[in-house]
Amino acid sequence: MSATLLELKGVHTHIGAYHILHGVDFEVPAGEVTMLLGRNGAGKTTTLRTIMGLWAASQGSVVFDGRQIGGPQGDGDAAASQLRTPEIAAQGIAYVPENMGIFSDLSVAENMLLAAKKARTLAQLDSARLEWLFGLFPALKKFWLHPAGKLSGGQKQMLAIARAIVEPRRLLLIDEPSKGLAPAIVQNLIAALRELKRTATTVLLVEQNFQMAKALGDRVAVMDDGRVVHRGPMAELAADESMQHRLLGLSLGAHQ
Amino acid sequence: MSEPASTGALAASPASEALAKTRFDLRPLALMAVIALAAWPAVGSSSTWLTLTIAGLAMGMIIFIAASGLTLVFGLMDVLNFGHSLFIALGAYIATSVFTSLGDWATAASVARNLAAIAVAMIAAMLLAGSIGLVFERVIVRPVYGQHLKQILVTIGGAIIGEELIKVVWGPAQIPLPPPEALRGSVMIGDASVEKLRLVSVVIGMVVLLLLLYILNRTKIGLLIRAGVQDREMVESLGYRIRRLFVGVFAAGSALAGLGGCLWGMNQQIVVPQIGGQVNVLLFIVIIIGGLGSTLGCLFGALLVGLMSNYVGFLAPKLTMFSSIGLMVAVLLWRPQGLYPVTSR
Repeated sequence: MSATLLELKGVHTHIGAYHILHGVDFEVPAGEVTMLLGRNGAGKTTTLRTIMGLWAASQGSVVFDGRQIGGPQGDGDAAASQLRTPEIAAQGIAYVPENMGIFSDLSVAENMLLAAKKARTLAQLDSARLEWLFGLFPALKKFWLHPAGKLSGGQKQMLAIARAIVEPRRLLLIDEPSKGLAPAIVQNLIAALRELKRTATTVLLVEQNFQMAKALGDRVAVMDDGRVVHRGPMAELAADESMQHRLLGLSLGAHQ
Repeated sequence: MSEPASTGALAASPASEALAKTRFDLRPLALMAVIALAAWPAVGSSSTWLTLTIAGLAMGMIIFIAASGLTLVFGLMDVLNFGHSLFIALGAYIATSVFTSLGDWATAASVARNLAAIAVAMIAAMLLAGSIGLVFERVIVRPVYGQHLKQILVTIGGAIIGEELIKVVWGPAQIPLPPPEALRGSVMIGDASVEKLRLVSVVIGMVVLLLLLYILNRTKIGLLIRAGVQDREMVESLGYRIRRLFVGVFAAGSALAGLGGCLWGMNQQIVVPQIGGQVNVLLFIVIIIGGLGSTLGCLFGALLVGLMSNYVGFLAPKLTMFSSIGLMVAVLLWRPQGLYPVTSR
């Protein structure tokens, strides 16, 4: 296994009066795709949001590349080492939220421009990289100057992912990209993410779609009730139907 | 993967960006035309109608200048700033001081000098209102982020304190603010008399509008502001500090309110400490009509209110305030989110 890029150690997160994460532990190895699976309400989205600093961890730590980016330092100390979301993003972490976070009043191009820290105008976008992104997601090229709000659900998802990688990023957090998409579109998405995977981008991918998880994951962490209840290679989980049943409560038939 | 075509042209084709604007919704514009046309027969004489229409547009542009900051401040950070009118009052009072201290610049019958006096007054109003806006944001608004009720109470409190401070500095009595010599009186367009000052207001309003539209549509900071109005969490996730952006917008919005106040005072020709309170209701009507957070909506809302107030003010003066509120009710029945709702709010 390659070096650990991101590590969560005993992370607790409270949202208002609710205690959502109860000590989440797992690592994301560099250059691999780590799947974060689990039932609805297991805490997957909260985990991603905690990594991104959108919610602060009340206990434990989030360590990115040897530097603590989230969680209080030691016990009881004020959130001294909790970075703010923009600072976390500046570490090279990109986030694709469940609702995709598309700026629907802006054009596709403007959405991309905002994610590119180095470019001030459209003309300054790295054209070779855009080329590559258009190769992954041809719809973006077609609708480049159209309002992003007019895109279909699948196209918005592609834009959200392309926007996250408009510049090279060190870690990509993606929350349920297949949600609400037709099976054919999910296949496109899998193909694009496989292509992305070939560039050895580190990805932490939350999914409910087990087929997608199987197709993309190197490693897997399964959450239940605010904790990680299983960690291991994706292939192992993919091969063991009874384990899938136990951990995810899924019968393969019900999940394609 | 499908083969990529050349991007060179693509990345460098801002000209075809106009495509993205094709979805522009013209119905609010049509509403404005309907109101203007409906007022024509009611007013009776076309010269009076033209006078009223231009006065209405001028008033609308001034309200727009003053309200544009308010709508962005709300859109970006959900901050309801009932103290915005304070900056309008400040702008008007600063104009009185500038005109007094420049003395003959404002009274001499030289167009160049008069315009220079106005320019100095406008710049001073913007600078001072903008700087006080910075302080206001830091001291009054920042402690109550995310708490609407407290925002309303605290910003109203701030406005009251500001009004009292204005009385301390400038006195409680009304101060005349006569327009500079060359801008008094009217010009005749056909047989309609149009006050010169109104024309100047429209021109200044247009300049501010174009500048705002340019910044919001063509610069990255403007795109960030628009993106932040839609989804501030995502803007933060992309690595931008939205607080900093917000402080900038707040200061710029306060400066624009100062500019609006300066123009408003000149148009009223008299400045009273309660000027802010008088305008405040209009500001909120305008940004609600337009759709909270929408700059374009704010413009159309302001123009609608400006036209409506002038027509009704001529036909049935007692109904003027009612007409603005009635307009708001009608628009909200038609479009509950305002004329140009900000999507994904």
